[in-house]
Amino acid sequence: MSEPRQSIALRWFSTHHRAIGAQYLLLSLAAVAIGTLLSLVMRIHLIAPYQSLPIVGVLPPEAYLALVTMHGTLMIFFVLTVAPLSGFANLVLPEQIGASGMAFPRLNAAAFWITASALPVLLAAFAVRGGAPISGWTSYPPLSALASAGPGQALGMDLWLVSLAIFCIGSWLGAVSLLVTILYERCPGMRLMRMPLTVWSWLVASVLVVIAFSVLLAALLMLLCDRHAGTSFFVPAGEVVNGVALARAGDGSPLLWLHLFWFFGHPEVYIAVLPGMGLTSSLLANFTRRPVPGYPLMVLTTVMIGLLGLIVWGHHMFVSGMNPYAGTAFALTTMAIAVPSAAKVFNWLGMLLGGKGNRPRIQMTTPMLFALGFISLFITGGLTGPILAQPALDSYLHNTYFVVAHFHLIMAMAGTFSIFAGVYYWFPLISGRMMSERLGRWHFWLTFAGAYATFFPMHFAGLAGEPRHYAQLTGTTSSLAALLPLQQGITAAAMVLAGAQTLFLVNLVWSMRHGMAAPENPWQAATLEWASASWQATPAERRRAFRGPYGYGQNEPGMITKDTIGYGRLEVAQADFKMQYEAPHEPE
Amino acid sequence: MNRSLWLPPNGSLHGVMLDRLLVWNLAALSAMLVLAHLLLIWAVVRKARPANIAPGSTKTGRSSLLPSFASSELIPTFLCCLLFAAMAVTSERLWAALRFEGPQPEAMQVEVVGQQFQWYFRYPGADARFGLTRPRLVNAAAGNPLGLDQNDPAAHDDIVSSVLLLPAGREVDLRLRALDVIHGFFLPGMRLKQNAVPGLELHVHFTPVTTGTYPILCTQVCGSGHGRMQAVLRVVPTEQFAAWIAARERKLERPE
Repeated sequence: MSEPRQSIALRWFSTHHRAIGAQYLLLSLAAVAIGTLLSLVMRIHLIAPYQSLPIVGVLPPEAYLALVTMHGTLMIFFVLTVAPLSGFANLVLPEQIGASGMAFPRLNAAAFWITASALPVLLAAFAVRGGAPISGWTSYPPLSALASAGPGQALGMDLWLVSLAIFCIGSWLGAVSLLVTILYERCPGMRLMRMPLTVWSWLVASVLVVIAFSVLLAALLMLLCDRHAGTSFFVPAGEVVNGVALARAGDGSPLLWLHLFWFFGHPEVYIAVLPGMGLTSSLLANFTRRPVPGYPLMVLTTVMIGLLGLIVWGHHMFVSGMNPYAGTAFALTTMAIAVPSAAKVFNWLGMLLGGKGNRPRIQMTTPMLFALGFISLFITGGLTGPILAQPALDSYLHNTYFVVAHFHLIMAMAGTFSIFAGVYYWFPLISGRMMSERLGRWHFWLTFAGAYATFFPMHFAGLAGEPRHYAQLTGTTSSLAALLPLQQGITAAAMVLAGAQTLFLVNLVWSMRHGMAAPENPWQAATLEWASASWQATPAERRRAFRGPYGYGQNEPGMITKDTIGYGRLEVAQADFKMQYEAPHEPE
Repeated sequence: MNRSLWLPPNGSLHGVMLDRLLVWNLAALSAMLVLAHLLLIWAVVRKARPANIAPGSTKTGRSSLLPSFASSELIPTFLCCLLFAAMAVTSERLWAALRFEGPQPEAMQVEVVGQQFQWYFRYPGADARFGLTRPRLVNAAAGNPLGLDQNDPAAHDDIVSSVLLLPAGREVDLRLRALDVIHGFFLPGMRLKQNAVPGLELHVHFTPVTTGTYPILCTQVCGSGHGRMQAVLRVVPTEQFAAWIAARERKLERPE
């Protein structure tokens, strides 16, 4: 194994987990760049539908829908699934549990290459006749089942289905690798209840991947059969498309797809955001120099969110034609999931507020800023959850911009903030260097302001009744046309938000070569990915963990640090924390 | 009050209740949003004041590092449980009133049919029965967009319209169908949304009370023309509605 403090060159076909983690992050960086550009084209088209744009020209409405579909698919699968779970877990999970590597290194590497190969297949849909599919990332049949139902629903739709089927297999294998590693490769003493909360969240998210992506894969194959093998799982009898009565055998139900898809689709949200919750808890402990209060409760809420996440999918289907009694059942499970989520927020607020007469000294590093941003966005996006969980209110707000605001704040933005927090925090492990704090702070504040300015006003468009997926506002409905100024403002904000990301790219590229050399354990963290070189060199069988992951505040709090900002040259009068491998009583 | 919340004017009986529910929910959750952010900002901007504990003391008192479990965790979570429970109960009572029971027997029957990218509305006529439709007979160019089978006597007096005209004050039972793909039938002014799904006949009932014109939108992406799949609901006084139906029936009896 190479020296962990040194930069690991990206050997392309490496089976080393850290190289694979970096590769996953690069994959999601490519996907997020494309997905963001697509969203900017959408935003401009929405407010100026007849404007000719460079390269793409004047877009017809179906091209707008193709952009919507590809934007959602790229972001949800290739960014929000790939980076927080596969990317970060490969980067640090084995070290965090004291393992020397993944349980199945080759399977793990294969999982990455399978996942990565799904991306060109998806993007190829732009190049084929008819273009990319237009049925949105949820691809409800019969629109997604019948090639005659719209442009993009022929070969483009097939490529979408094949791409996601490949992605399912890759994610599934990667999750199995993570699960086995967590359960069987922990070093002695690394009991389950001593694992960092990041590991707990990857454990729960991996279980969700194994369950949810299996069902999605089945649904994708069934839809492919409906398209090419003459089955009718999702297509009812008596279809009339474009005035032509279809001669198809069988009488299927589109609602079956909705159930299968959302059985995957809702856990997917937690796959994207659970790792961010674990990371936020860890970062708050690290940068307030305090242990996580009620660690068992945080484990419990992580598991509860995972379990409840499997039984709330019907809240996407209140107006779908599902039985109204089922609507009530799913409303109650959805309200229930708000409880462990709220408990997590209170835990974070408690950590920040500190005990009586003992206010923590918060180290405002860039990863900490993004963790705080995560909390803010999680609260703001989360609080509209209890509204959308109610079938009665959803029967007004469903598929309006209110929902777009909700999931972009809580999943897209909170998820992205957790990715940024992780990248700034773990960058030294990839490159051996620190990222620029100055650029990082600018990046944070512009992104934070841009995220709110872009997505918060969408609540108002939703309350006004504006549906999603509309290529333009001008039409027969004057109440929609009146929302144009609001949407113009959102487009301007989206440009600021996207533009701010160039700061991140510059920081990434610059710091890779010119960043300050990272000291050993630059954040003075207690978890094992920051362990000393001598520990890293210890053979796996002689490693031992003696304590929980958040051994901060071990000594006199008054003597923690002299300098809390220049963490790189952090002068610690006396270490205020204990690494997990430090024995309770040092031998004399 | 509604105007400040961006909501379009409500014209339905149940919309009053729904708006009231939405408003107090938004108010309660906005208050929580503000409160949580005030705490967050306060935690970040105030001066740190770590407790000064004598060096060498073994009793650093971990409890003093952190707020008490009860005050930071149990009590707020319990209060949230109460709020969410109150929301769930009030909301599910409304939902039950709206959807658990069918319409009154005297409710007016109207069929809504979605197809790319048009809404059609069918009234059963004097016999109060919808005639048979057959997919093979669908021919919009020949004036039969729904495929009415004229061999069925019940189909003779069926009125097919591209405008939804309803009398104010009478409950209406909509029967939703779709010919090709899933469409989302959305009446913002009536606070009503229900998908129209091919292969299913779905019912939803409501009572329009305020006369006026209300947009009908499609809220389930249905193809390239999804955004222009718009129609209009006109709620008119009962006499005007009766006159409109009578005129349409006369037209059916003596075409051209």
